[in-house]
Amino acid sequence: MRDRLFRFVLNHPVWVILFTLILVFGAASGAQNLVFKSDYRVFFSKENPQLTAFESMQNIYSKSDNVAFIISPPDGKVFTPRTLGAIYGLTDEAWQIPYSTRVDSITNFQHTWSEEDDMIVEDLVLDPDTLTEADMPRLQAIALDEPNLLNKLVSPDAHVTIVNVTVQLPGKNPVVEVPEIVSKVREMRAQFLEQYPDMEVRLSGMVMMNNTFAESSLNDNASLVPIMFGVVIASMIFLLRTFSGTFATVVVILFSIAGTMGIAGWSGFFLTGPSASTPIMVLTLAVADCVHILTTMFYEMRQGVDKRKAIEDSLRINFQPIFLTSVTTAVGFLSLNFSDSPPFRDLGNMVAMGVMLAFVFSVTIFPAMLKLLPIKVAPMSDEERNDLMHKLGTFVIHNRKVLLPGMAVVMAGLVTFTPQNELNDDFVKYFDTSVPFREATDYMQDNLSGMTTMEISIDSEEASGINKPAFLKAVGGLTDWLRAQPETDHVNSITDTIKRLNKNMHSDDPSYYTLPDEQELSAQYLLLYEMSLPYGLDLNNQLNVDKSSTRVISTFRNLTSNEQIEMEAKIYAWFAKNAPQYKVDVASTSLMFAHIGQRNIYSMLFGTSVALILISVMLGLALRSVRYGFISLIPNLAPAAMGFGLWFVVDGQVGLALSVVAGMTLGIVVDDTVHFLSKYLYARRERGKDSQAAVRYAFNSVGRALWVTTLVLVAGFMVLAQSSFKLNADMGLLTALTILIALVVDFLFLPPLLMKLDNGDNATATTEDTDADASTITEKKGDTHEPANQPV
Amino acid sequence: MNLLTNPFKSLLIATLVATPVAALAETPEEKGLSISVAAKQSDLGWLDMQAQMNMVLRNKQGQESVREIRMKSLEVEDDGDKSLSVFDKPRDVKGTAFLSFSHPVGADDQWLYLPALKRVKRIASRNKSGPFMGSEFAYEDLSSFEVEKYTYKFLRDEACEGGTCYVVEQYPVDKNSGYTRRVVWLDHDEYRVWKIDFYDRKDAPLKTLTYHGYSEYLGKHWRPDMMKMVNHQTGKSTDLSYNSYEFKTGLTDKDFNKNTLKRAR
Repeated sequence: MRDRLFRFVLNHPVWVILFTLILVFGAASGAQNLVFKSDYRVFFSKENPQLTAFESMQNIYSKSDNVAFIISPPDGKVFTPRTLGAIYGLTDEAWQIPYSTRVDSITNFQHTWSEEDDMIVEDLVLDPDTLTEADMPRLQAIALDEPNLLNKLVSPDAHVTIVNVTVQLPGKNPVVEVPEIVSKVREMRAQFLEQYPDMEVRLSGMVMMNNTFAESSLNDNASLVPIMFGVVIASMIFLLRTFSGTFATVVVILFSIAGTMGIAGWSGFFLTGPSASTPIMVLTLAVADCVHILTTMFYEMRQGVDKRKAIEDSLRINFQPIFLTSVTTAVGFLSLNFSDSPPFRDLGNMVAMGVMLAFVFSVTIFPAMLKLLPIKVAPMSDEERNDLMHKLGTFVIHNRKVLLPGMAVVMAGLVTFTPQNELNDDFVKYFDTSVPFREATDYMQDNLSGMTTMEISIDSEEASGINKPAFLKAVGGLTDWLRAQPETDHVNSITDTIKRLNKNMHSDDPSYYTLPDEQELSAQYLLLYEMSLPYGLDLNNQLNVDKSSTRVISTFRNLTSNEQIEMEAKIYAWFAKNAPQYKVDVASTSLMFAHIGQRNIYSMLFGTSVALILISVMLGLALRSVRYGFISLIPNLAPAAMGFGLWFVVDGQVGLALSVVAGMTLGIVVDDTVHFLSKYLYARRERGKDSQAAVRYAFNSVGRALWVTTLVLVAGFMVLAQSSFKLNADMGLLTALTILIALVVDFLFLPPLLMKLDNGDNATATTEDTDADASTITEKKGDTHEPANQPV
Repeated sequence: MNLLTNPFKSLLIATLVATPVAALAETPEEKGLSISVAAKQSDLGWLDMQAQMNMVLRNKQGQESVREIRMKSLEVEDDGDKSLSVFDKPRDVKGTAFLSFSHPVGADDQWLYLPALKRVKRIASRNKSGPFMGSEFAYEDLSSFEVEKYTYKFLRDEACEGGTCYVVEQYPVDKNSGYTRRVVWLDHDEYRVWKIDFYDRKDAPLKTLTYHGYSEYLGKHWRPDMMKMVNHQTGKSTDLSYNSYEFKTGLTDKDFNKNTLKRAR
């Protein structure tokens, strides 16, 4: 059946190419359905508890998606007639932003004061044209004295101010809604800067972040994919010295990517930050199959075999191993389905699909093209080619007594660092400092407050319950306690408004800046105040519909995930101690990200275990030995554990993206072990060699191919590591490290281990030999590149 | 202010009502205005009114809350109406009374009596666009209709619940309004309003108000027993129902001043 396929391919190469072309183009046309979903919520599954809590809080109060215009006047003074005029104009224009429901700035802040029995509610800056220099100290004093404004909309030095626009995304078409807002916001900034060229305007907020997810990933694909193609082409021409082979490989890669993205489009996937890196990953992984087929083919041709026979032999020898390695790689990626975060599930499924497509193309259109293309074999002596590997093999055999304990110490040493990595998912830091959103947000954080927020909903569980003195006292107490925490930048609380109203109602007497001690008083103050507020500046973002609960929003300086989870626990503990009678919920975007890393690590531990069991069973079957199946566990598992240990030295922070690396790399690192072990076993079983000679044989026959494919893989993931989207960059870097470590383990630790185990027990070696009748297949599958040449 | 607007208004009504509504060669703007003037004209003469209002507020999460208000209004010639509202529910605002002298143009005069403070406070605010008692109705949606509050444009005739409706676009004159425009459906026969679409400051659809259960009082004054407001942007809604309408109960100016506010309960 397999031979019939090969013969058909080689007899009718043109038909195979045409047929594949039609299929690929048919599939690829689906890629136009692939759209980028710019919404951070895609990182969370529908059943994610933090997302559910946050969504329900947003339904009760109002949404907190926003755009922040951060404005820095040139003279470092916000309170000048000119700057306030600029802010006034921007505030007014901001109502024109699509989906905007609320605009907050220092100019439209609802300032309240009293004159005799009059209660006055007015914009802080009512008419900018009438402002004079003399008004400035008064306005500045009011703004800096107002807890709702200080650190949120104006910096303590009054040198930076923010116009904050709340938007209510309908969520009907997230693909267009966010870009629609962003284009209006950028147009406004351009107009503003035209009018006030000496001011600086930065853009931050959730909407800008959502947009950056899309822009950052798409820019990546525009710049990194071509680089990766360059790397692949250069290294193939350099290492394999073939133009035709390189060309055919590039076609296979292109088809694999086009097919994958097309099928993904047809089946209703959408792109997200992580899954947008699919092309680069497929590109990297698709190369290996072609390299294996080419190397064997060239070897045969150099032995004087004609091209057609060489292709056929190569296919026959390689079919099973590349099928097995493709399947293990796919299984590794499929383990991402256990991830708590849907984009990573998509990434896993798409890459798994790409890897299997690459396999199919490698044994169909690839040989068909090789048949048609002119191929010359560069002469190269086997001695020259294997010299390095030969030396390495000798080195490993001579130093095995040192290498085994030495490597064991190094491995154990690295692994001990693994648990020291700190869990952290800071979505702002998902982008590197070259990204404008990150720059703006860092600036905002340095001068006012950051994007780490927690929204605390306190429910009295009775209508109008928020007006009760005991409830207000609890909320006031929480507000004071939060403000006393060193991490806190700003607290938005209804109690500040009520205190201010109480003062206003008593002729602005500062001694009445307290919470009223009667429910009716607070209720009636709020009624009065609410009736005086303008469109969009109501209290619905702080109070629910029957006034049974209120939302306090606390903004913190940058906190790591662990610190946030600790802070969350401290808030719940505060309530348990001080106000246990109220129902409390803490939720926010930051908290969602703070929890996702941990949730994902637990779910991925399970997923990786499932993949490990599946892959180990496959290896055991392929190697026809339970014993070697177990031995292979060490070089298969150690690289990921060591990789994370090394990561502690490199970066030390792990999160959402890195929690999937172990599962992802498992399927890739297994390949090296498979190749090395099968060669070793072939020498032991078929040729009756002792363990040292078998190690030497394995080095000579498969060593070079292993480091070539590893080189391409490491290069590919290092290219991904250059991404400005740190989630992908970290994933790329750690994967590259893990694959490199896997090769080191396979070269320096696995051989000494095999020699130790097999030499110490010759009887076992003999028993193993009884399996020899089955090893023809084993040999075929392991024999990826050059058939056993010149065993020493 | 009133000195300027009132003669203007009288003149307007005089000229426009005298001419037939469907006059020839009218621009859409003129036709819109004349329909609105006729609508106002057709309801004149109710003198005073009392009713009970109930509001049910709902948010996206399905939570509900109830407000109960007793309302008295006095028709004022050549100016906006006077109204006095007394809040009965929620309980903690019971007895709070709100007095308002609305004016077609400019800020209304507003006083609030807070029983907990036992004081009458004058509210000085230009804002009429905020939510009324946390509902989806803005204060400007509930105050009396005055011709001068808008400029107009007739759009088309369209079948509606009340038969055939004029569809008229209204543009608020007050720059503090929360809307760029309202599109109003009024029937040909009685000038009853059946539906209003509200467009926010960026001209995006914001809310829709529908009127239900019209009854005729004193042979000419049509009043709905239910008004439903739905906010399309937030998914929140408010049902406002009226009952026990009474007209010409003999209320006078004396029932609408600062001093009566305290005794209003």
